[in-house]
Parts: sequence; C-alpha cells; structure tokens
Amino acid sequence: MTSNKSFMSRQELLGILVVSALLFIVMPLAMDIFRLNLFGKYLTYAFVAVGLVLCWGKCGILSLGQGVFFGLGGYCMAMYLKLESSTPEATAIQSTPGIPDFMDWNQITALPWFWEPFNSLTFTLLAIIVVPAVFAFIIGAAMFKRRVGGVYFAIITQAIAAILTILIIGQQGYTGGVNGITDLRTLKGWDIRTDDAKYILYYVNGALLVGVLLLSQIVLKSKLGRLLVAVRDQEDRVRFSGYDVSNIKIFVFCFAAVFSAIGGAMFTLQVGFMSPSFVGIVPSIEMVIFCAVGGRLSILGAVYGTLLVNWAKTTFSETFPELWLFGLGGLFIAVVLVFPNGLSGLYQSYLAPLVDRVVSAGKRNSRTDAAPPPSSGFGAETTAKAAE
Amino acid sequence: MNTLNNNTDFLLSIENLTVSFDGFKAVDDLNLYVDENEIHVIIGPNGAGKTTVLDLICGRTRSTDGSIKFRNKELTSMREHEIVREGVGRKFQNPSIYEDLTVFENLELSFPRGRSVWGALTFQRDQDVKIRVHEIAEMVFLNELLDKQAALLSHGQKQWLEIGMLLIQDPELLMLDEPVAGMSVSERKQTAKLLNEITKGRSVMVVEHDMKFVEDIAHRVTVLHQGKILSEGSMAKVQADPNVIDVYLGH
Amino acid sequence: MFADYTWTELGSIFAMQGFAGLILFSVFVLMALGLAIIFGQMGVINMAHGEFMILGAYVTYLCSNFFEAYLPALFGIYFFFAMALAFLAAGTLGALVEWSLIRHLYKRPLDTLLATWGLSLILQQAYRSIFGAREVGVTLPNWLLGSVPLTDIIEIPINGIFVMVLTFVIAIAVYFILFRSRMGMQTRAVVQNRVMAGAVGINTEKVDRNTFALGCGIAGIAGSAFTMIGSTGPTAGQLYIVDTFLIVVFGGAASLVGTIASSFAISQAQSTMEFFLSGSMAKVLTLLTVVGILMLRPQGLFSLKIRR
Repeated sequence: MTSNKSFMSRQELLGILVVSALLFIVMPLAMDIFRLNLFGKYLTYAFVAVGLVLCWGKCGILSLGQGVFFGLGGYCMAMYLKLESSTPEATAIQSTPGIPDFMDWNQITALPWFWEPFNSLTFTLLAIIVVPAVFAFIIGAAMFKRRVGGVYFAIITQAIAAILTILIIGQQGYTGGVNGITDLRTLKGWDIRTDDAKYILYYVNGALLVGVLLLSQIVLKSKLGRLLVAVRDQEDRVRFSGYDVSNIKIFVFCFAAVFSAIGGAMFTLQVGFMSPSFVGIVPSIEMVIFCAVGGRLSILGAVYGTLLVNWAKTTFSETFPELWLFGLGGLFIAVVLVFPNGLSGLYQSYLAPLVDRVVSAGKRNSRTDAAPPPSSGFGAETTAKAAE
Repeated sequence: MNTLNNNTDFLLSIENLTVSFDGFKAVDDLNLYVDENEIHVIIGPNGAGKTTVLDLICGRTRSTDGSIKFRNKELTSMREHEIVREGVGRKFQNPSIYEDLTVFENLELSFPRGRSVWGALTFQRDQDVKIRVHEIAEMVFLNELLDKQAALLSHGQKQWLEIGMLLIQDPELLMLDEPVAGMSVSERKQTAKLLNEITKGRSVMVVEHDMKFVEDIAHRVTVLHQGKILSEGSMAKVQADPNVIDVYLGH
Repeated sequence: MFADYTWTELGSIFAMQGFAGLILFSVFVLMALGLAIIFGQMGVINMAHGEFMILGAYVTYLCSNFFEAYLPALFGIYFFFAMALAFLAAGTLGALVEWSLIRHLYKRPLDTLLATWGLSLILQQAYRSIFGAREVGVTLPNWLLGSVPLTDIIEIPINGIFVMVLTFVIAIAVYFILFRSRMGMQTRAVVQNRVMAGAVGINTEKVDRNTFALGCGIAGIAGSAFTMIGSTGPTAGQLYIVDTFLIVVFGGAASLVGTIASSFAISQAQSTMEFFLSGSMAKVLTLLTVVGILMLRPQGLFSLKIRR
C-alpha cells in the first residue's frame, strides 16, 4: 500500500459509480416527478451529511449547528428568487409595490440594505458559498484557536442554531418570519415549478452531490485526510509534530459548512421555499443522525443514510405518525450503542469482502500482475474500530 | 531581570522559570541549562515538577514568570507548533501515536513538510519521503512493520514509533518523558542502544525513574524536588549528595 | 428607550422585571443544578434532562388531580407529596437510563449526547401518547394564590416566593449532599480517579448510578416547581435544554456557585431586556452575549486553573 497511493481504490470507484447510476439512471426511471422531486429534496440533506463525515466522523468535531449553514445557503437563494418574483408589476396591489409581500405585510416601506445585492444572480451564487464560509470561519477561529472542542463545541453550535432561528422568526419583516420565504417562482425568468424544470434541477443537484463526493474523496486521500483522523485521535501529537491544529479544524469546519450551504440552496430551488424549520436545533441534530445511520466514517454511507432515514420518516409519518418519534429516538440510541459505524460498517464487515472477491477475480482475468491493495479511505477504519 | 537579555552559548537556557497553579508553585524559580550534544536527565520524586518542566519548554503549559531560550530565541511566547518548527521535539509519557493509521503513515505525517492546510492537501509521497521513512523505521526497529496498523503494535513498539516520529523531524533538542516505562528488559536494552545512537548530533532531555537506565545514558543529571533544583551534576555526584538521599529515603 | 418613563416608574419596572427574572432564575437553577451534577461531576451530556423535568411536572399534575378528587381535605399540602413523588419518579427513571444506556458510553461524551437526544424524543412521544399533545396545568391550593403588595405599583405573587424558597432549600441540600456527605465524597472521588476509587473499595458503578439518579431526581423537583408558574406540555422541556446547558457551561461546569451565579445573570438579563425589546430579541441578545463570552473564556466564569 505504501507504493500504491492512487486517488481511488477499485472499491471506492465502484461505490461512486453505483451512487451515480442510482441518482442519474435508476431513480429517474423508477419514480414519477413528484416522488423524484421528493427524493431530490432528501439528497440536499446528503450534502450536510457528507460534510459531517469529514467534520465529525474523520476529525471528531461534532457540530450541532449544520442547519445554520444549510439555512444560510437556502436563504441566500430564496432572497434572490423572492426579489425576482416581487417585481413592481407582480406586487402592484401592495401598499409599497416592488418589495417582497411579507415586508409589505409588516409595514416595511423600502427594501432593507442587505437585500439589495441579492438582485444580482452572480452575487447570490457567490454569497451561497462565501457567507457560510465566512460565518464558519469566524465561529471556528474563535473556538478552535482557544481550544474549545468536544461537547463544548457541540453545545455552542447548538446555541448558535437556536439564536439564528429565534432571530429569523422574530424579525419577520426582514426574513419572512416563521413561514419563511415562500412563493418562489422563477430563476432568470425560467419557471422552476414545471415538471421539466424539476427534472433539470434534480440532475443539477445530483451532479453537484457527486462533485462534492469527489471533492471529499480528494481531501480524504491527501495527507490532509490522514491528518484529520490524526487530529481526532491524538490532537496533541499533531500539534507537537509542528502542525497548527486549529487551522486544520477551521478548514474542515468551513468545508462542511459550504457543503451544507450548497445543499440548502438546492433545497430552495427544488422545493420552492425556505423556512426557519430547517435551521434550528431539531433539524440540525437530525442531520447528524442521517450521517450516523450511514456510518460516520463513510461519505457514501452518509448519502445512503440520509436517503434511508428520510424515506423512513416520510413513510412512517404518513401511516403511523405516533410511531415515528419512537423510531427516530430509537435510531439515535441504536447507532450509538449497537452499530456505531452505521450502514457502511455493516457493509464493510459483511458485503465488502464478497465484492472484493468478485472485483479481484474479474481483475485476475484481465491482468495478472500485482494483487489489489485492501481498500482504505471510505471505511477502512471500521475494522480497526471493531477490533478495539 | 538583567539575565533575560543575555545571549548564551547553551542550546537551551531556562532562567527564573516559575509556574503556579492557583498559588501552588509546580516549578519555582528554576534555572537549568542544556549543552549542545548533551544527554540531560531529570529525576526526582513524584510531583517534583519534572513533566511540568518539559510541558513548559514545549509550550503545553504557559509559564507564570521567567524565560526559556532555545538558541537564544525566547520560547515562552511561542505556540506549540512554532516551538516544534524551531527544532524542539517532545515524546509523551504514554505513547501518543495515531492508532488508526499505519506505521508508514504515522512517520509520514511527522515528516517536516506540508505542514499548512494547503501544504497537506498537495503533499506528494515522493522518493525523499519514502527513503526517509524507511531510514527512520530501520533505526527504531520497525522496518518490517511499515504497513501494519499502529494500534496492533506492542507497547514497546509504540514507544519506538513515537521516538521515530520525533526523529524524522530531526530536532536539535529531543525531550523524552519516561521512554522506557512499561518496557520489557530486552526492549529496555534496545532503547538504551537506540538513545545512544540518536543522540549523536543533538541534545536530549530525559525524564526517567529507572536509575539503572539513567546511569547508562546520562551525561548530566538534575534532581528536582518541589519545583526546585535539589542537586545537579554527574550521576555519581548526585547519588552521593546527602540532600538527594534524604529526599528519596528520608522522612 | 428610557425617556418615556419617570425614575420611579423605571425603578418599579426594574423591580418587577427583576422579580419575574427571579422566578425564571429559580427554574434555571433547579434545572441547572441537576445538570451540573450530571455534566459537571460525571461529564455526561444529558439532552433528555428537560424531559426528566417534564416527568416531574406530569407527576405533580397527576397528584393535583388525585388529591382534588379523592383527598380534598389534604389538597392544601398535596404539593409536598407531589415533589417527593416527582423526585422518586425522575430518579428511578434516571437510574434505569443510566443502567441501560449511559454506563456504556462514559468514554464517548459526544455519543452520549446523541443517545440522550434520542431518549428525549422517545419520552416526548410517550408523554404525548399518554397525556395528549395539549398543555395541562395544575390547580394551585388557595394559600399559594394571590400576591403580596410591596408598594402601590409592585406586587409579588405568592407562588413565586414559594418557588424561590424551594429553590434555595434545594440548592443548600445539593451543596450538602455533594460536599458534606459521604455520597458526595465518593462521587467526587470516582470522578477524579475512577481506578483508584474502585481500588479503595468504592462501588463505582453504584456511585455513577446514584449520581445520575440524583441529578434526574432534582430535575423532577424542578418540574414540580415549574407547574406553579407555567403549563406543562410534551415538548416544554426541550425549550429549556439549550439555555440550561449554556448556564452550566457559562458558570464553569464543575462549580455549583458558578451555576447559580450564571443562572442569575442570564435570567436577570433576559427578563430585564424583555421589557424594552421584544421577547425574542431579548433572548437573542442574552444568548449571543453568553456565546460571545464563552468564546473569550471557554472554561466558564468559575473554574480553577488546573495542572494537566
């Protein structure tokens, strides 16, 4: 393994291909557009879950405030779309035409200054990345430079999620309050509510998710990826090997924040609204469970975990609403007590050896040199964890 | 504080160093000097402040007062990773290695290149790295185990791995906290040999309880007691010092 | 914003808001005391702490109904029975949770956090299934109703005074249990050196269970007190959990005095600001200040500089 450090092992490549096939071929064929749109909505949470794998699973930083970044991305997108649908003609019946309807309802007579730049799509797209990154940087720098970590970090990020939710709900004239920013229609004149648009947005979302997976894979396969694990397990040793640990943590926290924000923006586009119910404490900690169910060490697992939990949530809360909270609560306890490595852990211990055999058998037929190295990165640590 | 600005020929000079934890002085007005190429051992009863002195030098604990100069550079105001980059390496009492990674990866992460976030992202495992890792692994008796996961090593092998992780950084001052604690007799002998080899061209500070081991390696010994120096000099001189005998055997 | 009021009016406003703040302070202290024991002494994050509190509130509600229907003669003092029962119920549940869940997770604080969050969801749904989604309130006996006039503007409600006295008594009791009793000594011994404590004959598992149960039991009493000033619903506990954690962290996790002082500071700041700003902005500002200070002083306000 020391000489062969390629970007992806065979197993990992296979994993990415399977996810891509599922997203781009199987699901669009198997579902009508209503279900596919719902599936696309679930996938936007997967962005958050993948970020959490890097941040929590690999580097040991548990953020209970990822909804904040999901919300920041989503609100940036929603502000642009809202402004586009609030032309003076479309809002002629308001006492102040040309501003979003909820502002008019709250007796606001001019567009607030921080809404102005969101008239520009370029600015909006930049803001979706930059705003959460800067916000994460400020939180990260303040906390990690002072060595705040572990449960303290978790509690403080949770408090920040609470603060932002209260702020959004309280300032309804500027934010749309508890209803959020609704009734979003067009993007540069293109109606995002039609079936065609939903198909296109679904594919864009899928492509972005695969992009995020590949980006994460690059990070995990670099020395930085191994440093993340090192920081999680022996923070002091990393520091006394000449690394500035806080910079590593700030980086991975910002990285995860940007992923979440992209997910949030895609959520707004596909679902057509954004509200504080995706920002606060409860959604933020649910996003952690998506990641945990998939396996906190596996970026692909995070995608499957997100899909599975959300599918279960929709199914159960439709048929047995009382049971769902019991189920979700039980899930939290089970992934901690019974299977801490989630779906990917189960895959690694039961299915992976099988797949490995099939893959390497195929390989022996085509090329007879060098045996394949055991896979690492996506879930190799699971074996070590299990051995402890 | 007229001594603070004076440059010295010593590699490391600690002057008037004091640290107090809520009034309790763990290290009290300490003066200590380490020469180039010297193996300096610190001994003393439990709670004498030995580990605290190492913590202070490497920046893990902040001093209340006094100065620590390494090649005439003040360390007390530097952050840990900056001190490491100046050339001070520190081994902890319990082996602190990355258990989830292989021996090779452990050594590679300690290789002094690509230490910024961007540097780590673009780090290439080139020929230089591989040669150096193999060289160090050979030195610390782990060249057969490079692909093994570090968690699976024996206790003694973990200690050696950590020493290897320090050696690959080629520090000018190496600080070892109880390097042979928990080792078998043969591992202990091997470690003494290892230390004698790696001290060529660098200074080493060792905190140790094992007197036989100290006798084997020490050029100079400092005995700490309640944060102060009780005695200093060669092992023979220290062992004959009535103050030392009193502290270890008396009460 | 002060210009519209005269000095005497301002004084009264501050006094009244201050008193409202004192009631909030009492609830915070009662909840935070339990949490400070569990988090500060054991290092366990109990996200279901609010649900333990609500259990106490529901027990009190049941007692109130029971006495009203079957023992009207004793209705005046039902509250004391209710508190004892609330303590026992929450403590027993706590011991059960420690045995089935927490003890497997002592070395994994982040996982405890997730597991207890799951527990809180289960408890919330259980309350909803048993007691319904609507909020319930208890009937207060006559002697707790009404208020004491201080000046012609300021009136102090009796139930508020009662809650405060209760808080005071419980805080003292906790102090004695933790720092003056054998149980407290054993708890602190186990926290500081588990192996050594075990070696000198302390049953560490039992100590853990008792400590956790004690923390939960105090939350149960907090719930009992809570019924006097607010109504009880399945999710009422969750509203307080983040505030309470901030209080404990802000005060310095292991310090009882710190916990009480930070409860005081936070509740006073919030209720005083509430009068001038909207409730939500008062809360935002209070929480922001606390988070800001914690970023500057992560170890909390009251904590010792220790030797690592």
